[in-house]
Amino acid sequence: MEIQKTAELPAGKKMKKNKINSSLLQQILAFASLIVLFLFFSVASSNFYQFDNIVGILLSTAVTGILALGATMIIVTSGIDLSCGTVMTLSSVMAGVFTIQHGFPIWLGILGGVLTGAVAGLLSGLAIAKMKIPPFIATLAMMMVAKGLSLVITNASPIYFSPKPGFQKMAMGTLIPGIPNAVLIFFVMAIIASLILSKTILGRYTFALGSNEEATRLSGVNVNKWKIMIYMLAGVFTGIAGIVMASRLDSAQPALGEGYELQAIAAVVIGGTSLSGGTGTILGTVIGALIMSVLTNGLQILSVPDQWQTVVVGIVIILAVYSDTLRNKKSR
Amino acid sequence: MGNLLLKMEGISKTFPGVKALSNVRFDLYEGEVHALLGENGAGKSTLMKILTGIYQKDEGTIEYLGEQIEVKDIREAQKLGISMIHQELNLAPHLTVAQNIFIGREPKGSLGLFLDEKKLNNEAQKLFDRLNINLNPRELVGNLTVAKQQMVEIAKALSFDSKVLIMDEPTAALTDAEIEALFVMIRKLRADGVGVIYISHRMEELQKITDRLSIMRDGTYVGTLNTKDATIDQIIGMMVGRKIDYNRKPAIKQSSKEVVLEVKNLNRGRAIKDVSFSLHKGEILGFAGLMGAGRTEVARAIFGADRLDSGEIFIKGQKVQIHSPEDAVNYGIGYLSEDRKQFGLMVDMDVKTNIVMASMKDFQRPLGWINAPKMKQQSEKMVQRLRIKTPSIKQTVKNLSGGNQQKVIIGKWLTRDTDIFIFDEPTRGIDIGAKDEIYRLLDELAQQGKSIMMISSELPEILRLSHRIIVMCEGRITGELENDRNATQESIMALATKRISS
Repeated sequence: MEIQKTAELPAGKKMKKNKINSSLLQQILAFASLIVLFLFFSVASSNFYQFDNIVGILLSTAVTGILALGATMIIVTSGIDLSCGTVMTLSSVMAGVFTIQHGFPIWLGILGGVLTGAVAGLLSGLAIAKMKIPPFIATLAMMMVAKGLSLVITNASPIYFSPKPGFQKMAMGTLIPGIPNAVLIFFVMAIIASLILSKTILGRYTFALGSNEEATRLSGVNVNKWKIMIYMLAGVFTGIAGIVMASRLDSAQPALGEGYELQAIAAVVIGGTSLSGGTGTILGTVIGALIMSVLTNGLQILSVPDQWQTVVVGIVIILAVYSDTLRNKKSR
Repeated sequence: MGNLLLKMEGISKTFPGVKALSNVRFDLYEGEVHALLGENGAGKSTLMKILTGIYQKDEGTIEYLGEQIEVKDIREAQKLGISMIHQELNLAPHLTVAQNIFIGREPKGSLGLFLDEKKLNNEAQKLFDRLNINLNPRELVGNLTVAKQQMVEIAKALSFDSKVLIMDEPTAALTDAEIEALFVMIRKLRADGVGVIYISHRMEELQKITDRLSIMRDGTYVGTLNTKDATIDQIIGMMVGRKIDYNRKPAIKQSSKEVVLEVKNLNRGRAIKDVSFSLHKGEILGFAGLMGAGRTEVARAIFGADRLDSGEIFIKGQKVQIHSPEDAVNYGIGYLSEDRKQFGLMVDMDVKTNIVMASMKDFQRPLGWINAPKMKQQSEKMVQRLRIKTPSIKQTVKNLSGGNQQKVIIGKWLTRDTDIFIFDEPTRGIDIGAKDEIYRLLDELAQQGKSIMMISSELPEILRLSHRIIVMCEGRITGELENDRNATQESIMALATKRISS
């Protein structure tokens, strides 16, 4: 098999006239791309296909992966969330404030962190639903507010969780030998997100809003209420991502976070969810997140300079969205 | 009147499934104001779109200034001197008057790189002087009144040295004083030898300003009259034709005098003016009128989709406040909008989801979990009851035919157990065979005690289904009839064109 530069989708995946359900098609494409990338790097370097390395890939996917789960839901409603990166950091900061500065038990700290995410989601949702501010602007504003708040609260210095050894065990402990808990948490959250989207009313309304918000409103659904709930739910995921990140680093780093939201959105988009809303899957997002991690990790192992890694990811995003556009054009 | 300017003959145009125009003729002389009349769907717009190059004719000839022409596109029509002023003005509100007029033809500076704004404004001013119009070239179009905006459109059309000017419902948004000003301008154009095609239904205006009237019906040409010899009855008779009304509903007294919905003095700006009516249980109340009459606006206001300035709504005798569709649905009202795909359906989602969309609460398990088996059962029940043709309830609604899509929406409201249905153009875009099924469904619903407000621009449809008929014109109710011998297409059309001066 000819191994091509990973930046292009392999020839076999070029868009043919296909009658397969297009969302399914994109998922298959995404999954196939992941496999191909995986095989490519395994062949290209013996260091890639090692247990520790693969675990490392999964671990580095966990935080952005959880963020991407919440982002998926918002994007399906044809909204966008630019704040999830800095709100994640704010959540980790609040967890630190509760646990370390006030000495509360760890579980309270976790609750505080998750609630932070939920409140941020509530505020964004209110701005979008009630004040009719476009999601881009509302979450952009929230992003900046959260960023500032993190620095203000911590006085720009990290909060260390070392006084509470149990905290790091949350993400880095190994319930399953050899696999950090963070990975498990990610997969459990993914399953929960998937169930919510496909089996609950909230999930159904998420798709309805993205598909045709006005028709949903004219069916008597309280569109504002549900929009706010969806942004709050995404906020919960963001909060959890913050806890996991804090646990991994064993600290809350107030200067981190910005940039994660774009990674999350990239994962969602690569996984086949359309930015115009109405369709999307959690599985696609998980694959999208993994593709990005595999790419970054593999390129690193091949000693490709760091800067080139983001170039490659950027190209992959363009290709993924382009194939999404092609798909939409044909089905209209 | 001068020479023959335009002669269209044998014009036919077919769209997939619909013969829009069949052997239509129309002519126009220099210095003539020639009205074009017809009900909604008669084909006036289509004919004009062919003349201005937006559509291509399938058959027929167009002779212009003695020569046969083919109008390939809008640019070509403009170059020939044929311009149209649409009902929805095609102006950019954020640009100035001069910028709008010369859009696409902006004069450039000496280097050919930059735009010459000074020359642009001068040219505009020269144009206004020539036409004797009072406009400021530098004014932003968005800040002008509708009447002035129309002037901008007219100026734009004339800047192409148009010899044929088509005006589509030009007075719809104007006050009486502004209409007079417009007429002064039209008379001047007439004196200059321009031919004006005037599309409107306002009989008094037509008598004031037009020289001849041509009437179309169902895509065919009916006839032409000289304005000074024509009577309103004659015109209306030609518009609706002397069709024998088969399938005419005998005047059934409604079984119930119980008033289910009553509205009093509804008002919203210029769209809804002092509208009051009652709807009885088991009744089909037909709403007739021309486009823009305000029927959809009334329906949307009752459904909470748009706000009202004032007015009261009573449901089963109780006064209610409806601020959103959610409120309306909770009071038992369901709305099937004019544009199914835009407002009635989630076209990318499946049949079962669309059917339960208004009733999700009933298909819930604790924690918000969807009760999938119940949803499946309900959807299948609806598919059977309404005879919806679909391979399965998982089929994406986009793939169903218009008639079946409409049934899905009916299923949605039946699932919600609504008592009051508002149907807005229930058979639009549905082929003949399916239309009859929808009619039977409507009859069934009424017999089952549901109350229906039915808006329709198809007079035969109104006559076929309604117990009573309300006619609206320009936001007002102009008539209320029992569907008996006195309710004819002519009498309804007369009410639909009855204007009250503002």
